[in-house]
Amino acid sequence: MTVNINSAALAVSPAKAISISDVNLYYGALHVLKDINLEIQPGEFFAFLGPSGCGKTTLLRLIAGFNNARQGKVVIGGQDVLDMPAWKRDIGMVFQSYALWPHMTVAANVAFGLEERRLPRAEVERRVQAALELVGLKHLADRRPSQLSGGQQQRVALARTIAIEPKVLLLDEPLSNLDAKMRVEVRRELRDLQQRLKLTTIFVTHDQEEANTVCDRIAVFNEGRIQQVGTPMGLYEKPANLFVANFLGTANILDGTVKGSGTQRTFEVAGAGSIPIPAGASVPPGAKLVFRPQYATLGTLEPGAVALTGTIAHREFLGATVRYGVQVGTATVLIDAPFHSGDSLLETGATTTLGLKPSSALWLAE
Amino acid sequence: MALVQSIPIRRVSAKPGQIFAISLIALFLAIFLIIPAGTVIYTAFTEKGTGALTIVNFVDFFNTDLFRRSFFNSVYVSGMSVVWASAIALPLAVLTTRFDFRGSLIIQTLGFVPLIMPPFVGAVAMQLLFGRNGTVNLILNDWFGIRIPFMEGLNGVIFVQSLHYFPFILINLSTSLRNIDRSMEEAAQNLGSSGVRLFRRIVFPLAMPGYLAGASLVFVKVFDDLATPLLLNVKDMLAPQAYLRVTSVGLTDPMGYVISVILIAVSIFAMWLSAVAMRGKDYSTTQRGGGGLSRRKLSRGESVIAYGVVGLILLLVLSPHIGLLLLSLATVWSFSPLPDAYTVAHYGRVFGESSLYIKNTLIYASLAGLIDVVIGGAIAYLVLRTKVVGRRWLDWAATAALAIPGVVLGIGYLRTFYGITLPDGTPLATLWVMVVLALSIRRLPYALRACYAALQQVSESLEEAAENLGATKQRTIRRIVLPLMTGGLLAGFVTSFSTAAVELSATLMLIQSNSDAPIAYGLYVFMQSPAGRGPGAALGVIAVIMVALCTLLSHYVIERRQKALGMTK
Repeated sequence: MTVNINSAALAVSPAKAISISDVNLYYGALHVLKDINLEIQPGEFFAFLGPSGCGKTTLLRLIAGFNNARQGKVVIGGQDVLDMPAWKRDIGMVFQSYALWPHMTVAANVAFGLEERRLPRAEVERRVQAALELVGLKHLADRRPSQLSGGQQQRVALARTIAIEPKVLLLDEPLSNLDAKMRVEVRRELRDLQQRLKLTTIFVTHDQEEANTVCDRIAVFNEGRIQQVGTPMGLYEKPANLFVANFLGTANILDGTVKGSGTQRTFEVAGAGSIPIPAGASVPPGAKLVFRPQYATLGTLEPGAVALTGTIAHREFLGATVRYGVQVGTATVLIDAPFHSGDSLLETGATTTLGLKPSSALWLAE
Repeated sequence: MALVQSIPIRRVSAKPGQIFAISLIALFLAIFLIIPAGTVIYTAFTEKGTGALTIVNFVDFFNTDLFRRSFFNSVYVSGMSVVWASAIALPLAVLTTRFDFRGSLIIQTLGFVPLIMPPFVGAVAMQLLFGRNGTVNLILNDWFGIRIPFMEGLNGVIFVQSLHYFPFILINLSTSLRNIDRSMEEAAQNLGSSGVRLFRRIVFPLAMPGYLAGASLVFVKVFDDLATPLLLNVKDMLAPQAYLRVTSVGLTDPMGYVISVILIAVSIFAMWLSAVAMRGKDYSTTQRGGGGLSRRKLSRGESVIAYGVVGLILLLVLSPHIGLLLLSLATVWSFSPLPDAYTVAHYGRVFGESSLYIKNTLIYASLAGLIDVVIGGAIAYLVLRTKVVGRRWLDWAATAALAIPGVVLGIGYLRTFYGITLPDGTPLATLWVMVVLALSIRRLPYALRACYAALQQVSESLEEAAENLGATKQRTIRRIVLPLMTGGLLAGFVTSFSTAAVELSATLMLIQSNSDAPIAYGLYVFMQSPAGRGPGAALGVIAVIMVALCTLLSHYVIERRQKALGMTK
């Protein structure tokens, strides 16, 4: 689909900022959202990322007005919305199930929010047309939702939401009901649409790839708490704790103990060797050594790297790389070695040296 | 953290509209269900005259030979009705769900037919077919010189009731059987089980909850039924005794109330027993897929036997209807296998004189159905979609109506509202509106289930989407919830309407003048005299056709709607 944008048809109001402060939410005794503080910039495409049950959807529904926080503030475009009912908030939300009303046509679905705003009939008609054109479904206006494919339903849900010209757009796992190929296509369209409308958007997902490819910034959630906020690259390169390191990409984690003090500290991994800790590196109490699979070498040492000993436990040939599982002390780490034609592979059971630059390692706690 | 204290704590508060709705429904249930039922129970435990609390009435009850006999007769008749109803339902359910059996649809449809006619209507026709000098016994006597006492005394009640109420078992059992996942059976076969052992160890236990639900319903229905034993002239059962005491001895006689309490207690006990037996046995959610049992082909010999059995059962099941139709067209029919001659004069008479009955029935049943759908829909919404305090109580109170037999509710209304008179001097209790209210209370539990099902079909996110786009709660209900519930609400209305149209027990207590009477009452009056049987049968046929038409029409409407919405897969 080529998104045919005629932005003049739908008015674009200046993008709004979202500011969330000290939000706490309980379901009975269960503490679901814990001390949430978040600033989302006007026009930003922002992701809530985390495993299921982490609170990301709960926070999204709170912003939309479907949960009631016991404490805190949610300010959108300078207005605290928590005391407003959902229908007064002007916050567009696309539901995970799309929530298209089966008893209305596509056009009637899109017109609904405009009718509730008591807009003149001509204006409703004009905006329905504009919204449907925006998502490329003008020709399906008279169909019922049950006659549409999953991707088309998703676009109707989107058209229905943007037709009311919302202050901000909330997307609850919008890609989860699509097949893999559609997902890649639709996420590009979403990004494209968001850029043109300059609409502050929150995207809830459990899929790090979706968050990384579409969003400007990501908040990583776990157990009702925001673990870290940052750009996709920033989170990957500088995770704040073990959870974030593990959730975004593959992370190798080695247990060990810190020896020495000041600038002379080393991290000793039992049965494998020790690594000097660079001066100025932060090492929280109980920290573990964390590194990405592509940052270590096997058999060779790059300048500045230190050696740990390990045993090849298993091997997977992936084409461009070979992924080795290496037993280091009591843990098994994954190492990706680039594959070049004619390379000979290491055999399972062989003892090898694992080369790692201290500068590409991190020390993180839970 | 000092900041946190300055942040106000928000509370979820109920909306004024919700509180208003819940109060209104609570008031309705209190006045027309809880207070009348409570009055009956209270009166049973007070001494006549003094009003002191006592159990002496119950001691009297069990010391009276007639009442003891009535009690055991009622238990015996209900129990035997369950046995015979099971004997009819079991082969039909198993054949239609587990075998490749042509005509399954016809059986499942015809299985419902008995329910749309009051059992006592069939009773008269049954007497002509199976009575001492009925068709069957005349033929048996001619050929073999024997008579079988199908209809003598309690046998007659058991026979009529089991033919009438077996669909409850058939429907529940068939649903259970159909819900058993094919893989359950295949896993057993894979582990070496087959045939009768497989049925006994896997299929039957899995279908047990459905069977028990149906069986307990049949037991309670038969136990509470008033009109059938009365019409078959069986007086020594509990419900007829309650009616006779109140109508002949009077409203102050404690025995009617004692019997009422016993009727309620037995109803609750039977439902409790089936609930206990089914505890933790709701298997439907633990099974996945729901492909239904695998169907087996019948061999030629098996087919002959199977079709023979089914044919015989269906003939038996339809005999009240066939008999009724014959009776409605007969000039004279006695001491002969078939009527002597045929006429349509009865229909002419019914349309001439008794169109009032038909009109009254349509009004009462429609109003009762409407009240049920409105209250049932409101309760379902309050329970499933809001957090108003007390919403669970509404649900329980409305469901409690299941345990109150019609005759008890009728007695309760008489006792509670008789003293209250209208400005023109007529007691409130005998106003036709009371019949409507009694019918709606009696049907409310069933309508409520239909409303729950209808609302559960509407995904909550559909409502949230409407609110998100600017619709208030009320607007969302009107534009999203109600249109999507229409099919389910209509189904609930039809259930209430069609059963209210043929209900007699509460009506019999409350109707005082012929001009207020619905069809069921008119039928009862006609059927009392031999001369009235022809017109009575004609009226019965009209009632059956009327209810059947309404049911078919609603099925058609619901199906078309669902197709239009793309809800059917």
